[in-house]
Amino acid sequence: MIVRDSGTQPVRIEQDVVLARHTVRRLAVECGLRLIDQTKIVTAASELARNTVVYGGGGDMDWEILEDGARHGLRLVFRDEGPGIADMKLAMTDGWTSGNGLGLGLTGAKRLVGDFDIDSRPGVGTRITIARWT
Amino acid sequence: MDRIPILRMGEFLLVTIQVDMHDQLALTLQDDLSERISACSSKGVLIDISALDMVDSFIGRMIGNISGLSKIMDADTVLVGMQPAVAITLVELGLTLPGVITALNVERGMTLLRARLDHQ
Ligand SMILES: Nc1ncnc2c1ncn2[C@@H]1O[C@H](COP(=O)(O)OP(=O)(O)O)[C@@H](O)[C@H]1O
Ligand SMILES: [Mg+2]
Repeated sequence: MIVRDSGTQPVRIEQDVVLARHTVRRLAVECGLRLIDQTKIVTAASELARNTVVYGGGGDMDWEILEDGARHGLRLVFRDEGPGIADMKLAMTDGWTSGNGLGLGLTGAKRLVGDFDIDSRPGVGTRITIARWT
Repeated sequence: MDRIPILRMGEFLLVTIQVDMHDQLALTLQDDLSERISACSSKGVLIDISALDMVDSFIGRMIGNISGLSKIMDADTVLVGMQPAVAITLVELGLTLPGVITALNVERGMTLLRARLDHQ
């Protein structure tokens, strides 16, 4: 697997969520993802970026354009050094929110992308990796 | 602060969302709309999202809130122009938008609102 291009951008304030969506759309197009797959990863990224801002106290989004033989992929990492997720099972339940959301961000994002990996430690932070392949 | 314009069309209100909304803008729209429904005694609201290339749970919640609010104020909400890719993604996200009426475009949405008014 080759990393063709990569970068990082801040996800600190609400406006950064919009900027993250735009970056992910541009990269998804560049990767050659179909419109429907572009929309899925942009939507997943929007959910995770908002969580980074709202619950993680701000963080960063790393992106990588990948090549694996004939397949192309877009991998995104949302990371923060916030409070972390104490009860992962609860957080990964449809409709559960500790704030005033719909509780569909994590579970929905997982359904929208092929690869979903979450690593969160209370007091250390949260790191969520997603990827979508052509 | 920027705002999403609300257009009055007779007894209906039309909102065309043309920008990728940040969260505060979505919340402001929700407040503005409930004020306008009341001030104009509107019987219906059309929300045109044909320019939106994604709807996440935050925007989805706003749409649901507007629909619920307008119902309390005796107005119907019709969501028009949702792109197919957005619709498919919403379903997978798990957002069902219960009670929200949808139409293909503004014209059909308007016809739908008129028909509902005539039925009353
Ligand atoms: N980056 C994060 N840091 C800490 N907690 C998080 C983070 N992301 C999600 N959570 C927790 O997981 C819950 C579920 O998140 P989500 O599914 O996006 O729903 P919502 O955003 O509507 O609350 C949140 O309410 C929050 O408690
Ligand atoms: Mg969320």
